[in-house]
Amino acid sequence: MFYREAGQFKSSYKEDQAIFPILQDRIGIAVMLLIAFVGIPMFATEYVISAIMTPFLILALAAIGLNILTGYAGQISLGTGGFMAVGAFAAYKFATWTIAIGQFEGTLPLVITILLAGVMAALVGVMFGIPSLRIKGFYLAVATLAAQFFIEWVFIKFGWFTNYSPSGVITAPPLKIMGYLFDTAPEKYLFTLSFVAVLAMAAKNLVRSHIGRGWMAIRDMDIAAEIIGFKPLNTKLSAFAVSSFFCGVAGALWAFVHLGTVEPEAFGINRSFSILFMVIIGGMGSIAGSFIGAAFIMLLPIFLSNVPPMIGWDIGVDLVSHIEFMVFGILIIFFLIVEPHGLARLWSIGKEKLRTWPFPY
Amino acid sequence: MSLKKFVLGALGAAVLAAPFTAAAPAFAEDTLYLPKLVYRTGPFAPGGIPTANGAVDYWAMINERDGGVGGAKVIIEECEFGYNTDRGVECYERTKKKNGGALVYQPYSTGVTYALADKTRTDKIPLLTMGYGRSDAGIGSAFPWVFPMALNYWGQATGIMKHMAAQEGGIENMKGKTIALVYLDIAYGKESLPIFRTMSEKFGFKLKEYPVTFPGIEQKATWLQIRRAKPDYIAMWGWGVMNQTAIKEAAKIKFPADHFIGNWWSGAEQDVVPAGKSAIGYKSATFSAGGTDFPVIQDILTHVYGKGNGKGEKNVGQVLYNRAVVTQVFIHQGILNAQAKFGVKAISGEQLRWGMENIKMDDNAAAALGMKGLGPNLTISCADHIGGGGVFIQQWDGKKWNIVSDYLKPMNDLVVPAMEASAAKYLQEKGIEAASCN
Repeated sequence: MFYREAGQFKSSYKEDQAIFPILQDRIGIAVMLLIAFVGIPMFATEYVISAIMTPFLILALAAIGLNILTGYAGQISLGTGGFMAVGAFAAYKFATWTIAIGQFEGTLPLVITILLAGVMAALVGVMFGIPSLRIKGFYLAVATLAAQFFIEWVFIKFGWFTNYSPSGVITAPPLKIMGYLFDTAPEKYLFTLSFVAVLAMAAKNLVRSHIGRGWMAIRDMDIAAEIIGFKPLNTKLSAFAVSSFFCGVAGALWAFVHLGTVEPEAFGINRSFSILFMVIIGGMGSIAGSFIGAAFIMLLPIFLSNVPPMIGWDIGVDLVSHIEFMVFGILIIFFLIVEPHGLARLWSIGKEKLRTWPFPY
Repeated sequence: MSLKKFVLGALGAAVLAAPFTAAAPAFAEDTLYLPKLVYRTGPFAPGGIPTANGAVDYWAMINERDGGVGGAKVIIEECEFGYNTDRGVECYERTKKKNGGALVYQPYSTGVTYALADKTRTDKIPLLTMGYGRSDAGIGSAFPWVFPMALNYWGQATGIMKHMAAQEGGIENMKGKTIALVYLDIAYGKESLPIFRTMSEKFGFKLKEYPVTFPGIEQKATWLQIRRAKPDYIAMWGWGVMNQTAIKEAAKIKFPADHFIGNWWSGAEQDVVPAGKSAIGYKSATFSAGGTDFPVIQDILTHVYGKGNGKGEKNVGQVLYNRAVVTQVFIHQGILNAQAKFGVKAISGEQLRWGMENIKMDDNAAAALGMKGLGPNLTISCADHIGGGGVFIQQWDGKKWNIVSDYLKPMNDLVVPAMEASAAKYLQEKGIEAASCN
């Protein structure tokens, strides 16, 4: 009744190729953006903004990055945490290089710093993507696992990356853009949200473009893709570059905006796995799925640990934590059995049903 | 999937979102809210459980015996984070505004301490890291909200060094010796590196560094290397399951246990009892005493366990349990100071900072709080958030820990300049001014 595209005619190619061709989708996205940009900063509590929404958005960005590589280009990667670490540490080095050579004020604008960190991560990603030209599937996963451990080791081993911090922990400089300090939780949230919104839109457009179709062709059958004219070298490495760029920016935001400080362990193998799970549970090859998956993996444990005290069930925090692990594990298995294509698939099924509601045929 | 299921799903999602909305705070009486980040699960639970129990039991005792502090009831709430920095920060955000605002945080995790050092500055909540955390945070002007009381890791390392020197008959005899530093390869363990490197240059001993991968259950390769290096001493910066594994491995390579000295997070019953006979003779640093012969511990036994409450009776009197109690006593003293100065029962975090910066814990003050001889005597000031503590060396005899050294003061000529340099760098990178202490 409400979600129906009947009567929406497209009279030009431009309209037909629009990113959201259905009017209701455009309204929906606009409402979501409005809630995200205006509603949440105005009405949500500080806890929701700083401890839930901000990390959720950053991890969703990393999940988009991995989704480009794994979901769209079909290259399994376990190096996400490593690429995030590259972003975080590169941003730190860019932000403090003026201090390192003896001057006081940093001269690079913050946004440039974070984007440069993404570029740095992209370069490293391309380097570790080279083996993908020869090896596939699980073997590639193992090769990227090497990247994960190597990058983590480098940051622990060489003090230069942390400006010789005694404990190997970096402390991010203040978030200042044109003299304006992003200090409170809503400000930091908006800062993150702007990055995530722009980059998610870019990713959505990218996967609909020539490049994205090349990735999908490689994913579906690389020999066929090569025959129709996609060069595996360019296609695979561009997937690694773009994916690592997203992960790098996410890492930089994690260090600079969310925690304000970061140790290499924050980007360990567990981080790589949890982002891979976000992609698998959210939905391979879906930008919306990256958000849904990030919500599932990150928010559900926090939610589960909040429930027993919420309903006045005083059982001790350790038991709550054990219950949290069990329920979380059961839910993962449940969703993978019910919907192996990810939660994003549930969403698109829902949309299909809505089209015919309330008179399904 | 039918539409009905879809609608039900959407409804479920709405219900799921409900707990994220905070409940409205209720103000009925004067309260003091002390959230406690704990880890009763995960690889560091052996250390996390007694520290958590000590803190919770102490405040339960205060509420039971005195009806709170200065007439204000203490609300203590645990938040489990499993030694995971992300979840620790989440716990912090979850609790900081509750019950009129959190007064102080004590995470027992160096990673979380680093993350909270910035956040507590913005939120104006003190962060008490007694015996751990950022080593440079003792500079009160650079870290006005962080209180690494007693001694930081660098001071402690010099204390352990002094003990080794005493065993060798003088610091000059350390020249040419080899010291192996076995440390957990996370922020906590790495914190010990700079000072050992400095001391190795100054005293002429050879330093060999052996990082142990988190969480430290697998150490075979490390100890094979140590056996080959034949060190004269081993110092250890371990925590949780790592400690007992290391003690067992050291015994397997037949390393003399009395030349193996852990820091004060590697010297609890939880570390040596599982290691059995291997642990006899093993030494560690400590700044608090074990046992139950202190009025404050006796009061906990009477008022909490005597009434069938309490979290874990077998922990009472253990090293880590008592250390957590000592930490709470310092908070207690800080609250009393703040209440006296500002004339309110329900103080704020900002007022507690003043209270903690004016702690003078001497024998009289300690006796008044029932912990004479249990913890260190400290004098905290705005500029000095450490307060001049020292370190004892204790040795495990198979049944209990015995103090085997004098009260060792840190080598401040080495420690303080390093702290100042590190704090200055922090201020510069953060682009903030040092706080004034006048």
